[in-house]
Amino acid sequence: MGKAKRAHHLTSTWARRALRAFAHPTLLLLALCNFALATEIPLDQRRSGYEDLGRDTKAMQDDDTANPATFGVLDGEAIWNSKVGSANKSCADCHGDAAQSMKGVAARYPAFDAREGRPVDLEQRINLERRDRQGAPPLKYESHELLALTVYLGRQSRGMPIAEATDPRLAPFIAQGRALFEQRQGQINMSCAQCHDDSWGKKLAGNVVPQAHPTGYPIYRLEWQGLGSLQRRLRNCIVGMRAEGYEFGAPDYVALELFLMQRARGMTIETPGVRP
Amino acid sequence: MARALINVPQKATRGQVIEIKTLISHIMETGFRHDNVGKPIPRNIITGFVARYNGEEIFRADLFPAIAANPFVSFHTVATESGTIDFEWTGDNGFHETGSAKITVES
Repeated sequence: MGKAKRAHHLTSTWARRALRAFAHPTLLLLALCNFALATEIPLDQRRSGYEDLGRDTKAMQDDDTANPATFGVLDGEAIWNSKVGSANKSCADCHGDAAQSMKGVAARYPAFDAREGRPVDLEQRINLERRDRQGAPPLKYESHELLALTVYLGRQSRGMPIAEATDPRLAPFIAQGRALFEQRQGQINMSCAQCHDDSWGKKLAGNVVPQAHPTGYPIYRLEWQGLGSLQRRLRNCIVGMRAEGYEFGAPDYVALELFLMQRARGMTIETPGVRP
Repeated sequence: MARALINVPQKATRGQVIEIKTLISHIMETGFRHDNVGKPIPRNIITGFVARYNGEEIFRADLFPAIAANPFVSFHTVATESGTIDFEWTGDNGFHETGSAKITVES
């Protein structure tokens, strides 16, 4: 008996059919290229997570007097106007009326900070200002005070388009963010892109997978029964992938935030958003 | 610290049905949760809400742990006369909050 005949004897019909299918050119190509399958959503097909909300949740976001995030906005306004730190200054003492001076700021953050030599997000900018101008200690990530200030500032950009990053210094960090978005991670071993670029609109555990644009942050999340930042939401997803999350404020998070904002460039800020 | 948001139309015509919306900032801790070392977190909820139109009670609600944080209560009433609509929230640990809104009713 020749080698070939023996091989034929050992392989079952099922296995032979499977091998033949796998040799099919398209499937082979897909198997080899599955790391590059994630394709960016065409700009005109982008939609905010708001579109996937139920009627009642949309009503919550649309009415400032029904949106619990408004409490945060009002608290943020009070913090904006209160004097703190060794300099005994309030934000308003330098920046005046936030409705004028902070218009458009949240729409162009994260932004490059020359002294830090890297991009910083709005929370970090607030803490840098507190340290350098007010002589006040930093506010803790996810504290009510920091969330109130960021939602107050974000609210001043409501209705404005997310600005396109033209600063060339941001380019390597946007690339870093893109790499993080496209890398597989965790025990589940999936990337952000596989769900949010490839499978948006489909369902996961009964919920619609959104495109994941940060148009409404900080959001009031019904699951949290409170306000939360984009980094908190990212951590939820990373933990969901059973991957090790980063510390709040880590450069990786800021790069990812920056990439997500650029991925959503031109989309309208809707802070404070309500999400399920 | 902002506690209550009230939405009452400023003007109405006599006999018109108006919608009143209220939102109060409250943690509404159910009493069924435990912390990370297993100790039960005590209940801390709003238990009652009353609305009065020129002193006359027009709406009352009893709230229980099933109500989520930051309770939103809305109801309809008939605009009868100009005046003040007062709101009162009571709850655990002596929680007591009030709010009011003026309404002008034209014939």
